[in-house]
Amino acid sequence: MAGPGGGSSDVQWCFSQVKGAMDDDVAEADIISTVEFNHTGELLATGDKGGRVVIFQQEPESKNQPQCKGEYNVYSTFQSHEPEFDYLKSLEIEEKINKIRWLPQKNAAQFLLSTNDKTIKLWKISERDKRPEGYNLKEEDGRYRDPNSVTTLRVPVLRPMDLMVEASPRRVFANAHTYHINSISVNSDHETYLSADDLRINLWHLEITDRSFNIVDIKPANMEELTEVITAAEFHPDQCNTFVYSSSKGTIRLCDMRASALCDQHAKMFEEPEDPNNRSFFSEIISSISDVKFSHSGRYMMTRDYLSVKIWDLNMETRPVETYQVHEYLRSKLCSLYENDCIFDKFECCWNGNDSVVMTGSYNNFFRMFDRDYRQDVTFEASRENSKPRSVLKPRKISTGGKRKKDEISVDSLDFNKKILHTAWHPLDNIIAVATTNNLYIFQDKLN
Amino acid sequence: MEDKVISPEKAEEAKLKARYPNLGAKPGGSDFLRKRLQKGPKYFDSGDYNMAKAKMKNKQLPSAPTEKTEITGDHIPTPQDLPQRKTSIVASKLAGAVDTRCEPVSGHAQLSDSCRRR
Repeated sequence: MAGPGGGSSDVQWCFSQVKGAMDDDVAEADIISTVEFNHTGELLATGDKGGRVVIFQQEPESKNQPQCKGEYNVYSTFQSHEPEFDYLKSLEIEEKINKIRWLPQKNAAQFLLSTNDKTIKLWKISERDKRPEGYNLKEEDGRYRDPNSVTTLRVPVLRPMDLMVEASPRRVFANAHTYHINSISVNSDHETYLSADDLRINLWHLEITDRSFNIVDIKPANMEELTEVITAAEFHPDQCNTFVYSSSKGTIRLCDMRASALCDQHAKMFEEPEDPNNRSFFSEIISSISDVKFSHSGRYMMTRDYLSVKIWDLNMETRPVETYQVHEYLRSKLCSLYENDCIFDKFECCWNGNDSVVMTGSYNNFFRMFDRDYRQDVTFEASRENSKPRSVLKPRKISTGGKRKKDEISVDSLDFNKKILHTAWHPLDNIIAVATTNNLYIFQDKLN
Repeated sequence: MEDKVISPEKAEEAKLKARYPNLGAKPGGSDFLRKRLQKGPKYFDSGDYNMAKAKMKNKQLPSAPTEKTEITGDHIPTPQDLPQRKTSIVASKLAGAVDTRCEPVSGHAQLSDSCRRR
């Protein structure tokens, strides 16, 4: 019997839905750049390169199909960011949404933070299902009445209307980052959040847009001495004073904001020692951490570098407690992956609801899950060919050399243009959202 | 002492060095990072362009570098290099496309801040 996030031995992943255009010709604006469930899992937000946000809402479970959890349908869509131009540097500021983070719900409306390279915005998404009727000075269509024609007064009444979902920008947090924002993270105090760029991390209050505090600054006095950049940052899920940031050199620093106003001195530094004999031209590049995520428990954190996923115990800085190889067969392809820039791809990773399974993407529209309890891993493919409703996903196998068995895929036939960089796991149930270049796949556990 | 087994990484490194002999000894260092910090297409700036032209009256204009080590940020764009104009903003296909299990959603065609739900 599978509980939420049960071991992969009893979970059967099935195709549920796919969103997006079917044609192979992908417009650049449609490239999905971020995927995020909200805290209840009822809402699923995506951001794309064109600066647009699309939010899907889970339908309530239907009586007709009690085995299936509700489907996700479009709830709201809006243009979050627009392309801008930095006149001073003659550089374009992309409207691509780098990250979306939901705020925990406090009232009827939903709030999310979305960011591009330079500006973070707080969006309010609210529902309207009633409207006032019977104004004295306005006709029903909005035209103003001639005041002289008003002979009696009436009280307008609220009447039900078709549901409308409105998105409005409530705050714009701008001009605080010289370099490109790679992360935002809402604090557990629900009042502040951090934003991180390549060299600095800023702390904001959600209500205050005209100032932010710089809490980490790794910019060297002389830029010639620059050796590493910040690649990701996240607040601890419970401790509002603790956050981590990862670097391009494969290190993670944990900082405590109680220690000082500027957290350049880390409280803990997590780094796996490297065998100097194994060092190569590629070592540093593939050790660069592309994503860091705390477990829901707050006891562990997960990092993703080019070839592996590592789980760290916050109490142990010397090495990770678990390491999972995502696509080790690529180690002998690093030269071509460097030439086609794929070696710089930034894969994300995520935990399931009870921290027992982790997931990350790979190439050829493959994604991988690692079960920490059962020590099993599995590879699945997000493709339209497997998209019969409720069809069980078949595990994929890559043949690494020698004889290729039937149904295996050889490394040389992998499509490196089909990358799954962004994945998300429902906070409570076995429902996952997997983004290919321009499509969003939703898979569910068959026993749901 | 001879290495009997060369690690796949080192083999790949040898391949790369064979193709790009000028590749610097410190790959993860400043070059990469500065290129990363400069991300974003640089647009034609008439001031930069004219100053560059004045400096190189007798020399050739720098051609687009093909080496991986060079920072393309130094390349002064010429009017010929201008990228295509961006297409106008339209609604996301994730919102408008027909779902494999749903009927076509109505009323989403135009870009707007509010959405009508079925």
